[in-house]
Amino acid sequence: MTGAAHPRKRSLTLAAVLGAALVGGVVLSAMVGQLPVTPQEVVGGILRGLGIETTWASDDPVIDATLWAVRFPRLVMGLVVGAALAVAGAVMQAIFGNPLAEPGVVGVSSGAALGAAAAIVFGLTALGGWAVALLAFLGGLLAVLLVYFVSRASGRTEVVTLLLTGIAINAFAGAGLALLMFLGDTSSREQIVFWQLGSMNGARWPEVGIVAVVALAGCAVALFLARRYDLLALGERAARHLGVDVELLRVVSIVLVALLTGVAVAFCGIIAFVGLVVPHIIRMAIGPAHRPLILASAIGGGVLLVFADVLARTLIAGADLPIGMLTSLVGGPFFFYLLYRARKQSGGWA
Amino acid sequence: MTPTKVRVEARDVTVHVGELRILDDVSVSIAAGEVLALVGPNGAGKSTLLGVLAGDRRPDRGEVLYDGRPARECSHLELARRRAVLTQENTVSFPFRALEVVEMGRSPWGRSGDPEADRTAVAAAVAATDVTHLLDRRYTALSGGEKARVSLARVLAQQTDIVYLDEPTAALDLRHQEDVMRTARVLASEGKAVVVVLHDLSLAGAYADRIALLARGRMVTIGAPEEVLTADIVGDAYGLEVQVIPQPGTGRPLVLPVRHPGGLSRD
Repeated sequence: MTGAAHPRKRSLTLAAVLGAALVGGVVLSAMVGQLPVTPQEVVGGILRGLGIETTWASDDPVIDATLWAVRFPRLVMGLVVGAALAVAGAVMQAIFGNPLAEPGVVGVSSGAALGAAAAIVFGLTALGGWAVALLAFLGGLLAVLLVYFVSRASGRTEVVTLLLTGIAINAFAGAGLALLMFLGDTSSREQIVFWQLGSMNGARWPEVGIVAVVALAGCAVALFLARRYDLLALGERAARHLGVDVELLRVVSIVLVALLTGVAVAFCGIIAFVGLVVPHIIRMAIGPAHRPLILASAIGGGVLLVFADVLARTLIAGADLPIGMLTSLVGGPFFFYLLYRARKQSGGWA
Repeated sequence: MTPTKVRVEARDVTVHVGELRILDDVSVSIAAGEVLALVGPNGAGKSTLLGVLAGDRRPDRGEVLYDGRPARECSHLELARRRAVLTQENTVSFPFRALEVVEMGRSPWGRSGDPEADRTAVAAAVAATDVTHLLDRRYTALSGGEKARVSLARVLAQQTDIVYLDEPTAALDLRHQEDVMRTARVLASEGKAVVVVLHDLSLAGAYADRIALLARGRMVTIGAPEEVLTADIVGDAYGLEVQVIPQPGTGRPLVLPVRHPGGLSRD
């Protein structure tokens, strides 16, 4: 078994790779765009923001404004949304006991999008960005609850049932979105289309703040529960025998998934497959223990979205591609590969 | 060691599933230092009784007492520090290494923060179950018997005063079956109460202090192996003609079906 060799060495390697990718992604993402910025100016700009003046920082107010008003909010949004989605995926896989569970695949994201769209069409903007986030959370929560109680039998989730439930929820949420578009005016219609595609274009600091607070709190809770998720892998009964309050863990985790997915969807739309791809790759690298898995998924998810966003901005000159489309273009085939392998390994769909 | 202190007790336990009565007014108590074997035909209610004893399942009537205290009053963690359970099926959802699975047995004691105790407990459990060579392998890649032994190691690492084993020998080869039962004896000699569900009556006869025979949800009889494993009692409970022969050397009862090879009887 090569997979088991030197777990500590593998963790260190992963930490180094993720750290380098994080720094690289941050600098790269801040550099590229209509107004090119040098790496020195990026680092200088960040340091200046932290109150440290260096000679690297640009004296050009346009560069400073571009960095702090446009690129940095978008960059941080990518980091926190990626972290939220990847951790939501890891938590969902833990409570479903199934590596194919993912908020986008099983319809939690579309449920959240439906909630967010309802907030817009019916003009529930009294609480500012929070109203959209709240309804997205509620929509997502309903979807997770539905998937959870429909697709589980005697403590396990069958892949077939899980995916069929996802199809049903996605179909329903799709119809709901269509209905809302029909009801809404032109401007809300445009906003709904934006959800279905997913984008981090036009991220502003207040919204970034909301997502960051929820994402960081969610990751902290997930990390706190990590040991229990390990035990849950033994099955619900065995976890209970080891002192885990499985019912409580389930409820908290369902709310957690809905919160993380809801807040990400509310501000950036549906960005699917991040929660599937990231935890899967991390598991292959360092094994399934949940504490390192969740921590590394949070960083890996952020890094992935930052790079995906750079691609979305640069692949076609002058165009800002929807990032949700990009992640699905990559994630779809990856999901197909996972299905194919799961089928080959277990000789069926169990 | 004479078994005196009652560790766990089921009092007049009745369990229904729908209309069906799975357990009917069953009482049993297990003392520190003894191995109790639960035997009986399929569907007798052995696993259900084990589940009730373990606190997984609340009986419709009757109660389970741990050191005199009702199990339903104990928290999950408290129960986890008193009893460990080896279930019949052991699947692990993600490819954890066998060592990680064994270490999970220490989690109820995690907050006591004694890494040295954890290490010794894991080492002892690993040695007792002969799984040292499996520790670096992925649990999901092990054979059925190897999985069963790793899971048993996890149960032993939990170091509880009460140990429940639900058909621990089912997936094991001849030698490891005997190993498991010897381990059960060692646990009892350390003062633990051990309850084992077994299908192999001779195995029960060889290693148990007492045998409880269940049939159709009722306790048929409970007592020393020689008292329970008689041709009449076993024959009645299983609906099968059996012979009981004392094992040469130990005198422990060996239970053998009366067999008529060739299908149709020749006499």
